[in-house]
Amino acid sequence: MKIKNDALTLDATDLKILKALQEDARQTYANIGKRLGIAHSTVYDRLRKMERHGIIKQYTAVVDGEKAGLKSITALMTIYTDPKESERVAEELSKTPKVLEVYASLSEELLIIAKVVAENQEGLHAFIANSVAPLPGVLRIRTSIVTKKFKETPFSISNDADKLHL
Amino acid sequence: MNTDNIPKSLKTFPREKAFYFFTSIGNYTGVSAASLKEFVEKINEVNVKSLEFHLYRGDFEKWIGETLEDKELAEDIRKLQKISLTGDALRNQLSMTISKRVKRLTGQPYPTQF
Repeated sequence: MKIKNDALTLDATDLKILKALQEDARQTYANIGKRLGIAHSTVYDRLRKMERHGIIKQYTAVVDGEKAGLKSITALMTIYTDPKESERVAEELSKTPKVLEVYASLSEELLIIAKVVAENQEGLHAFIANSVAPLPGVLRIRTSIVTKKFKETPFSISNDADKLHL
Repeated sequence: MNTDNIPKSLKTFPREKAFYFFTSIGNYTGVSAASLKEFVEKINEVNVKSLEFHLYRGDFEKWIGETLEDKELAEDIRKLQKISLTGDALRNQLSMTISKRVKRLTGQPYPTQF
């Protein structure tokens, strides 16, 4: 199977490299090549190509904040917006480091859904009252504070592995 | 119009300095007030849960004291916390206290249009 991304077409080998990298981003090109039965230089070339095309956005560490002793709370904000202003609201939220994810959703009304972190409930309230509610186009806000996390995973090539016949 | 003579507590403030009514942490009602006159109007229409939420957190007192810089009214609002009013009794008391203050301020030789 081939996947097109603007000018770049990913083939099965590219997808296998991505999958291997998402399992362990610290493994060497030689190790990936050995697992996939291809030369390490092929792995290198294809990774550079995918980096250039923005398919690989960054190599990062996934930190367990709780185990790292970082005290914070997570909340999900549903922001009801004036449709004319919703994109601007989403853009403004996206600029804020406290806001981790921003989505637009069209149900009965146009909504912006955002995941936000704060040091505590007071910090969360201050942020929403001082930085979100005053944004032009914000009609009202519903916020749910997360009390327990059951699953959280970033997008993975493995999610689509069956479809891709890897 | 020269606005220099208007007491600060009667001025209209920009969005970022307005008061935003919430019913609980992070739950914004969509009601806001950018002046004391607007504030008293909104007190009469907002969900009463919002009044209880803000009064006992000291948010009204803080906004009136720090943004409007009306220490006298802030003190009157602070005293209301001690009476432990809830529901419409709280709404009426808040409305009366603030309306009285607005009348006193506008009764002075200041422009009433703001």
